[in-house]
Amino acid sequence: MTRDQSVGEKLWRIAIWALVIFFVINVLATIAAVVVNSFGTRWFNAWLPAGFTTRWYASAWQEFQLTDVLVVTFEVVGAVVLLSGVLGVPAAYALARRNFPGKQIVMLLFLMPMMIPPITFGIPLATVLYQSHLGGNMTGVILANLVPTVPFVVLVMMPFVEQIDPRIESAARVFGAGTGRLFLRVLLPLLAPGILAALLLVLVRTIAMFELTFFTAGPGSQTLVVALYYAVYAAGVRAGQSIDAMAVVYMVTTLVWLLIALRFVDPTQIVTRVKREAAAR
Amino acid sequence: MSEPAQMTERPPLRVRLALRDLDGVTLLVLPAVLFVIALFVYPFVYGFILSFEPKAGGWLANYRKFFSDPFLYDTIAATFWLAIPATLINVLISIPVALRVRGMTHRRILTTILVIPITLGTVLIAEGLLTYLGPQGWFNRTLMMLGLISNPVRLVHNYTGVMLSLVMSGFPFTFLLTLSYLTGIDPSLEQAASTLGAKARQRFFHIILPLLAQGLAINLCLSFVQTFSVFPSAVLLGAPAGSTRVISLAAYQAAYEQYDYSMASAIAMIMGFVQLGVVILILAGRSFVYRGAAGGGKG
Amino acid sequence: MAIAARDFRELRLDGMSRAFGTVNALKDVTLSVRRGEFIALLGPSGCGKSTALNCLAGLLTLSSGSIWLDKDRIDGLKPEERGFGMVFQNYALFPHMTVRKNIAFGLSMQGRPKAEIERKVDEALSIVRLGDQGNKLPGQLSGGQQQRVAIARAIVIEPPLVLMDEPLSNLDAKLRLEMRAEIRRIHELIGSATIYVTHDQEEALSLADRIVVMREGRVRQVGTPEDLYARPAHSDVAEFMGYRNLIRSQVSSGAVTVGGATFQGTAIEQVSGAGVAAIRPDDLHVAADGPLTAKVETAQYHGDCFYCSGKAADGTDLYFLSPTKVQKGDTVRLAADRDRVLIYAS
Repeated sequence: MTRDQSVGEKLWRIAIWALVIFFVINVLATIAAVVVNSFGTRWFNAWLPAGFTTRWYASAWQEFQLTDVLVVTFEVVGAVVLLSGVLGVPAAYALARRNFPGKQIVMLLFLMPMMIPPITFGIPLATVLYQSHLGGNMTGVILANLVPTVPFVVLVMMPFVEQIDPRIESAARVFGAGTGRLFLRVLLPLLAPGILAALLLVLVRTIAMFELTFFTAGPGSQTLVVALYYAVYAAGVRAGQSIDAMAVVYMVTTLVWLLIALRFVDPTQIVTRVKREAAAR
Repeated sequence: MSEPAQMTERPPLRVRLALRDLDGVTLLVLPAVLFVIALFVYPFVYGFILSFEPKAGGWLANYRKFFSDPFLYDTIAATFWLAIPATLINVLISIPVALRVRGMTHRRILTTILVIPITLGTVLIAEGLLTYLGPQGWFNRTLMMLGLISNPVRLVHNYTGVMLSLVMSGFPFTFLLTLSYLTGIDPSLEQAASTLGAKARQRFFHIILPLLAQGLAINLCLSFVQTFSVFPSAVLLGAPAGSTRVISLAAYQAAYEQYDYSMASAIAMIMGFVQLGVVILILAGRSFVYRGAAGGGKG
Repeated sequence: MAIAARDFRELRLDGMSRAFGTVNALKDVTLSVRRGEFIALLGPSGCGKSTALNCLAGLLTLSSGSIWLDKDRIDGLKPEERGFGMVFQNYALFPHMTVRKNIAFGLSMQGRPKAEIERKVDEALSIVRLGDQGNKLPGQLSGGQQQRVAIARAIVIEPPLVLMDEPLSNLDAKLRLEMRAEIRRIHELIGSATIYVTHDQEEALSLADRIVVMREGRVRQVGTPEDLYARPAHSDVAEFMGYRNLIRSQVSSGAVTVGGATFQGTAIEQVSGAGVAAIRPDDLHVAADGPLTAKVETAQYHGDCFYCSGKAADGTDLYFLSPTKVQKGDTVRLAADRDRVLIYAS
């Protein structure tokens, strides 16, 4: 309903847009500041650095052992993505197709790790992992990161499964498909876009997941984001530019996967699909 | 003629179970359920019990210590002092912005830009703000250039820095959530209201707000829980020994600096219960204020 | 009578047009409506009837043209300033308000005193015969009841004009017939002008004082139900009004050739040579001495007659009624009266 607006309405409109633009500018400027600093020779008391160089990247790569860290990050993220898919997709299928007694309790069970923030359950989780000698290494990190992602996959995949008409499955069985073939030739192709979307989202979230890895990682099992934290924490010791170089490496890693994910998924879903499910319970 | 014997027997167990939707397919849910129980429920219960087994003193010693040591219990206040304004700002401002944006044709560009801070995470935002908001950073420079201030404003390593990072990482969440609730409201309701004489302001208060109420409550809950758990920003961007000594930091220190896992669990439990308490308060408050049905009716 | 429509003499639509990008949804619609008239906007999907209604309500702006209420030009006014009542296709009842509050909404927006509002709401409830449902929520009502609430909400503000957008399309057939009678009764009771959008020609014929047939954004014909039933102005209007037999034929001096037989017809449009003959199925009746021979293809039993389709000797498809039972393969002879065979140019 667009009509001519009064002066008051016009002012309000401008104010809101100004606010949005201000927010966006600040976000972009913050990112830009990190990027610019990582390429600067020296930056003090001026709008821009004195000169530009790429040597900080080389030095950061060595200093922070980025090759190893990146390898660890991708191993952890890869394992988390795979395992949460393997655990979560069948569970989503069962929950979408069957209405068994106790289903509400199971739904609640999957909702809680998503609603309760990582810190609150992270510390008891880390305690248990350390006590079982799984803490401080990759296994512990992977297990810890799986806790919020398995329910995430379940909650994201359920609507996808519900969208598939169960009569298609019945038809496949009537025409002689056993469960294995039903899964491979009928369900998997239909679910593929949903699974892809869910796993990409898990990937992006796990790269950025700080608290859980922070509490469970040892020196050889830190992901990029945790290594970045430690670098910033000890900022007095190291050059700011090399920290920012590492930060840029992190940003590129995350944003590349975000861009890939966005080709398959609406940005809103990263946030709201899970929360809408939560609201509906 | 006698009746066939089968008619009086009960159907086999497998069939009876299947009638209640318990069959092979249902079992597919088991691995994930077992996983969550083992790695979420069990640690939680373990932590809960552990909190009552302190290194020294009676079973309540951890909790007593927490609530008698200002260095510890002040963390609750410090965290509230951050979480409540951040939550209110993020959620309340999301409403007019979402109202404006929902009619936009190129909405997707804006939502994509807003997803970036969420994806990058709090650690990167903290590092970025340290540079950007620093005394030599662009933000201060711009303010000075515009003549609004004559000396740089202290925006980092204090409360302000943490607050700003909470807004930067939290607003996109609350905005996207509010937007999705708003677009779920049938537009013909506002059209009907306008044909009945309701001006824009009246449409907002009588139609939109009541229908948004449940979504807003959930938004407030989720946003509060998230901001109350603030951790890396409070350390990197704040004054962790002073004004931004948050409760998650206290838990971390108990676990990793004092190696007192029992105390750490106790603090984590306290944190969880405070969050739960506020969530219950918000949800109870909503049903007190809004007595109508939660969006029922074909409309 | 407490609830009575506000008085006005004439609502005039003058060259009303509305475009969406490059698509012209409404082209140059001109119409005049008097107080108390029941106007139906009739046409197939996409003909622009809902667009026209939304422009009248103010929910859409005009691309060109104007709307006048007596001497006042109103197309610049926002919906909340026009004071028209509107009943939406999906009812648009406020789900969080009771029936009473829904109905009272318009009055409370006007700032009327509480006692007056209560009185008027009571009266509206009794007009639509929902007296005891006042405290229910819309979700607790059936489709027909929700419909009545939507109507009550629109009329209680005593608007000069009530706009209805296919209000019965979501109801089952029996309820639709009931509500049709209700709508007409309420319209006469409060004396407003009503503009009613529908794609159902039966509905339009039974409810309206005048029907406006639209197609592709333009007005094709305005007339009384009798006019439209008996003498549609164009062949596409005839098709919409149920003239299922639309046959290309040769026309000469008032006679058409249909399926090899010659019929005397009534020329609606002057034509000589190639033209179109339009005959309703119920006007193409079985007669022992009829000029047209047809072979029956399908015959559907309808209680008191059979709806049939068939083919003439030259392959023309025909639709007609038979009072007695016929079967596939039977041969029948058909005739039609002169004033029931309409001749068009194209």
